[in-house]
Amino acid sequence: MIQEIYTIAENTALTSSVYKMVLKGNGKAVTASGQFVNIKLDGLFLRRPISVCDYSDDSITIVYKVVGVGTKQMSQMSVGQKLDVLVGLGNGYDSSVSGDKVVLIGGGVGVPPLYNMAKRLIAEGKKVTVVLGFNTKDEIFLEDDFKALGADVLVTTVDGSYGIKGFVTNALESLDYTYFYTCGPEPMLKAVYNATKTSGQFSFEERMGCGFGACMGCSCKTKYGNKRICKDGPVLTKEEIIW
Amino acid sequence: MVNTKVTLSGITLDNPIIPASGTFGYGYEFAELYDINCLGTFSFKGTTKDPRFGNPTPRIAECSSGMINAVGLQNPGVEKVISEELPKLKACFSKPVMANVSGFAIEDYAYTCQMLDSQEQIGWFEVNISCPNVHGGGMSFGTSAEAAAEVTKAVKKVTTKPVYMKLSPNVTNIVDIAKACEDAGADGISMINTLMGMRIDLKTKKPVIANKSGGFSGPAIKPVALSMVYKVYEAVKIPIIGMGGIATAEDVIEMMLAGATAVEIGAANLVDPFVCKDIIEKLPEVMAEYKINSLEEIIGGAH
Repeated sequence: MIQEIYTIAENTALTSSVYKMVLKGNGKAVTASGQFVNIKLDGLFLRRPISVCDYSDDSITIVYKVVGVGTKQMSQMSVGQKLDVLVGLGNGYDSSVSGDKVVLIGGGVGVPPLYNMAKRLIAEGKKVTVVLGFNTKDEIFLEDDFKALGADVLVTTVDGSYGIKGFVTNALESLDYTYFYTCGPEPMLKAVYNATKTSGQFSFEERMGCGFGACMGCSCKTKYGNKRICKDGPVLTKEEIIW
Repeated sequence: MVNTKVTLSGITLDNPIIPASGTFGYGYEFAELYDINCLGTFSFKGTTKDPRFGNPTPRIAECSSGMINAVGLQNPGVEKVISEELPKLKACFSKPVMANVSGFAIEDYAYTCQMLDSQEQIGWFEVNISCPNVHGGGMSFGTSAEAAAEVTKAVKKVTTKPVYMKLSPNVTNIVDIAKACEDAGADGISMINTLMGMRIDLKTKKPVIANKSGGFSGPAIKPVALSMVYKVYEAVKIPIIGMGGIATAEDVIEMMLAGATAVEIGAANLVDPFVCKDIIEKLPEVMAEYKINSLEEIIGGAH
C-alpha cells in the first residue's frame, strides 16, 4: 500500500449517477485486478473505498456511483484537482486458477472491477464471457468497453428494457465455463453462488474504517476463519464463503 | 536540540506518541508501512481471555470530524496472542509494548493479565474497563468506582508490570473513578475511551451500525478529552496517558499541557496510516515554535 497525491485527469458521467474518474499518478502500486483505492475528501473524516476499474503504470481509473455525500463531492470535482489516495488495497482476483473459459458476472456498480480482470484474462489467451446486470437500460455502462476488449458480452435488465430480461442468473443458464469471477450487491452474489456449477471468486463490499486491515471494522466469518474484507478480501473464493 | 522523552512508570519513551489500541493491530500491519520503532510505544489490540469475533457488521459509521465504531473486541484470545501475535510483534518492534486487556468478569481480567505478565516484551498493562461495545462487561466495570477499584486490585495482585486503567468518559464523574483506581493501586490512568454515539441512515430509517450505538472518536471529541484529563490531573498523582481526537503535533502538546504524560492516537491512524510517524517528525519543529525545550516540562502546564 502507498499513500500518494493523484491528479484528476478525467471525471465524466457514464449514466445519471455513475462516473468515471481517471487519476494520474503512480499506478504501479496496484498489484491485482479487483483491488481498491481509499480516497480522502475535504471535510469528510473517513476515506472512501472505491474499486479499481483499470490501471496502467501512470494512471488509475475508477468508476463510482453517487450514493452519498462523499461520492457526490467526487462527482463535482474538476480535472486538475488533487486527491490524497491510499493505493494497492485488498487482495484482488487471482487469474491463475481460471481454466480457459471464464465468465465474469457484474451487477450495477459491481461491474467496474471486472473490467481490468477481463483485460488480464484475454491477455492470458482465455475465452471471456461477461454478464452485466442492471435494473434498466438507462443504467447500463461499460458494455462497449468490454466488447472492445474482445469479450462476449451479455446484458440483463430487470425490467427487460435491454438485453435479456431478468437477472444475471438468467443469462448464466445457457453458458458453459470453467470458472467465474463476480462482483455486485449481496443478493446477486448469493444468487450467483447458488446458480454456478464451478468454483469462482466473489468480491464483497462492506462499510470500512481504515481499508488496510487495522481497525477490524469489516470482518466476516469464513470457513477458513475470520477475515477482513479490506485486507484478506475483498475477494473470497466460493469454497470459503459461509452461505 | 529539543527533548521529546517522557517516562511512564519508570520506562522512558523516546517520545510520547502511542498508537491507541484497536487502531494498530499487533503492530506488524503498520511495520510494512514504516519502521514502527520510531514510536514511543503502542497499545496492542484489546485482548480477552477467549477468542472473540466481535459484533455483526456494519461496525463503522462516519460523523462530523469523527467516526463511530462497534467492533466489539474482536481478537484471537490471549493464548493465540501469546503464541502467534507476540512473536510477529517482536519481529518488528524492539521496544516495550503496552498490553491492552479487556474482560467480562474480574477473573477474566486477572487471568488474561497473569498470562501476559511473563511475556518479556510487555512494558505496561492498559486495562480497558471502558469498552462501550460489549455487553455484560467492558464499560460496566468503568462506570462504578467500586468495580473499577476491584478490577485494579485483581490485576495488580497477579502482575509485576505497571497497570494503567483505561477509563470511560460515559460516566457522571470520571474523577471519582480515577481516584478509586489510584487508591486501589493503579500505576497510571489512560483516558478517554470513546463516547457513546449513534448515526441513523435516512434511507433505511434505522441505525447505521448493527450494534445500534458505538464508540465515538476522532477530532470532534478532543475538547471533551482535554477537559477530563485536566480535571483528573488535579485529582491524582499517578501519570495520565491522554487520548481523544489527537491528530497533530499541536494536539499532542495541548493534551500534555492539560496533564498527560504521554498521548495515544487512535482514529487518526485509520484515516492516515502514517500519522504517528509524521507527528514524531514534526514535534521538534512545533516545540521550537512554542519555545518548548523539553516535553516533560510541559506536563500539566495549563494548570
